[in-house]
Amino acid sequence: MDGDRLPRPTEDRLIHDPWSDGLARGWKALDASTFSADRTFECDVAIVGSGAGGGTAAEILSRAGLSVLVIEEGPLRTSSDFHMLEREAYPQLYQESAGRRTKDKGIVILQGRAVGGSTTVNWTSSFRTPPETLDYWRAHFGLHDYTRTALDPWYAMMERRLNVHPWNEEPNENNAVLRRGAATLGIPTAVIPRNVRGCYNLGYCGMGCPTNAKQSMLVTTIPAALERGATLLSRTRAQRFIIEGEGVRELICAALDPSGLAPGPHTITVRAKTFVAAGGAINNPALLLRSGVPDPHGTLGTRTFLHPVTVSAAVMPEVVAAYAGAPQSIYSDHFLHTQPLNGPIGFKLEVPPAHPVLTATTLSGFGAEHARLMSQFPHVQVIIALMRDGFHSQSAGGTVGLRGDGTPLLDYPITPYVWEGARRSLRTMAEIQFAAGASHVLPIHDAAHLVSTVAQAHAMIDALPMEILRAFLTSAHVMGGCRMGADPANAVIDGDGRHHQLENLYVFDGSAFPTSIGANPQLSIYGIVARNATKLATTLTGRHQEPIA
Amino acid sequence: MITRGKLLKTGAGGALLLALGGCAAPADRGTMLHAVANAILDGALPPAGAAREAALAQAVQGVQVAIAGLPPAVQGEIGQLFGLLEFPLTRRFVAGVGPWNQTSTSDVAGFLQRWRTSNAPLLRSGYQALHQLVYAGWYGASDTWTAIGYPGPPRIA
Repeated sequence: MDGDRLPRPTEDRLIHDPWSDGLARGWKALDASTFSADRTFECDVAIVGSGAGGGTAAEILSRAGLSVLVIEEGPLRTSSDFHMLEREAYPQLYQESAGRRTKDKGIVILQGRAVGGSTTVNWTSSFRTPPETLDYWRAHFGLHDYTRTALDPWYAMMERRLNVHPWNEEPNENNAVLRRGAATLGIPTAVIPRNVRGCYNLGYCGMGCPTNAKQSMLVTTIPAALERGATLLSRTRAQRFIIEGEGVRELICAALDPSGLAPGPHTITVRAKTFVAAGGAINNPALLLRSGVPDPHGTLGTRTFLHPVTVSAAVMPEVVAAYAGAPQSIYSDHFLHTQPLNGPIGFKLEVPPAHPVLTATTLSGFGAEHARLMSQFPHVQVIIALMRDGFHSQSAGGTVGLRGDGTPLLDYPITPYVWEGARRSLRTMAEIQFAAGASHVLPIHDAAHLVSTVAQAHAMIDALPMEILRAFLTSAHVMGGCRMGADPANAVIDGDGRHHQLENLYVFDGSAFPTSIGANPQLSIYGIVARNATKLATTLTGRHQEPIA
Repeated sequence: MITRGKLLKTGAGGALLLALGGCAAPADRGTMLHAVANAILDGALPPAGAAREAALAQAVQGVQVAIAGLPPAVQGEIGQLFGLLEFPLTRRFVAGVGPWNQTSTSDVAGFLQRWRTSNAPLLRSGYQALHQLVYAGWYGASDTWTAIGYPGPPRIA
């Protein structure tokens, strides 16, 4: 049963791995689990996290001539390690083996944990921040500079840097079903912009791109920063900032043990003039909480958002092969606009890739019932609805706290407001799947079963008990917890990303968002961090900064 | 009368049970996982016989590998859950089954279904943890793919 009979794709291809050359040329990339003594590092800017925020900041700040140290808890894994196997990718590249859950276990969270962060494993969808989201930030959080007119040049720069463009090949059948079913019902869809260059259209973005086509931080900004002399410490857990007066004096880190899961015996001390927290919207608030960072108004860790996702599976008469081809290429924002922003929760429709482990663990039931569904695996089509949380009084999101061992735990209670959207979205997805010709639909809920008509689907969905650990909810977008805002009484950081109480601490990643985005967040992170990191570079060097692309 | 459901709905009941489970003598974890995987994977496993036993041994191994890749705090929670299922008193009380090596597939399925549909979120989360670990271990292995028509990763030209 351990026979991996398929040829390892790396054995018979010639994909250029930029890390092989770079490391040979002397890039300073150190795996702290190999350290045999305590270490101290000094730099101008220390960045915790190497994902969308940390990567973008690392390139911009190192290009400004500053000495940069990037600290990453996960391992350095590169295209040579990416074998398109779930059993390898989930434990190596994701937080908690892709099974991270909220405190009450009600929501499963997919979040990266490797050099490149979630950009190493995301599905490449790249949207600019929707204007109505920025309108809300200006109206409710005093972020007056956050207009699309002001931000568009930053999005455009990062789109050039990461080769973001609408997918120009045919969508795979999984996406085509969404487009076809929606069109039949008069629901508009559009093509998703993706950050890829020379994409092989394989469908394995979620396991690390084996061809380096995905323009993740792993192959773009982090290499660019290393090329300019930055240092990368992987398998290094940022434990706590040491605060002195109005600022952070140093950062204490643990070198992880060889398992990469727990601290080893050695401590790493980082001394920097400026510190950037970019560890993501669960780990960032946790780091600040562990550090005892001033939080006079109790804002830290609160308003953490997830875009809670509902899932609807369908069995199609034809082969869908939802494991093959660009995973996300078609979307619909129709249901973000059918009611006001502060009305019933809106949702974005997309599809996920379906590989065996992700599919089998998501499908409800067990035994013969589950095996029968899995036997139709190539015919399985899946739609997801991403609910836009954070714009309503009954959608205040979750709160990041700490477990006894200091690791983070997100408490995200699901309100009736969100459950209403969950039920409505399951109805909608079933309608689209039947309109596209599905023979059966299965809303992912432990009390649901396969149905074969829209009427049956409606009747069943209307009666489903909407409770945690019955209705399946997941998330791949964690946002907030260190939110921006002009008023220190209602925000952790200001609109430039600087901490309201500590003058040399910045937050540059998705944890800065005061609401969810209402779209896959990577490009929002790239653009807003590019703006704020460029401002910081100007402040630190006293020189104007040229665009990076 | 305090019913099982009522007790488990309260945090105190859950904590008490977890503490009891934590006291379990080192039982044969493999025996429990064998019985659970045998029920969860029924329909995907070969018919009874040597092939099924070999597949189950691999499934149990898959669960243990999956657990080893989790952070210590999560491993601790899973250890508490497994403790509940291994310690005879808590096993009878919360799972409602006898010793794992004497329990039929349908009795184990009955236990899983009770946990799946329980009013106690603690038990539903226990069911989901078992569901997730067993299926991740099983469908992560390449030789389960033929049966579901998954061709495996493509070769890159």
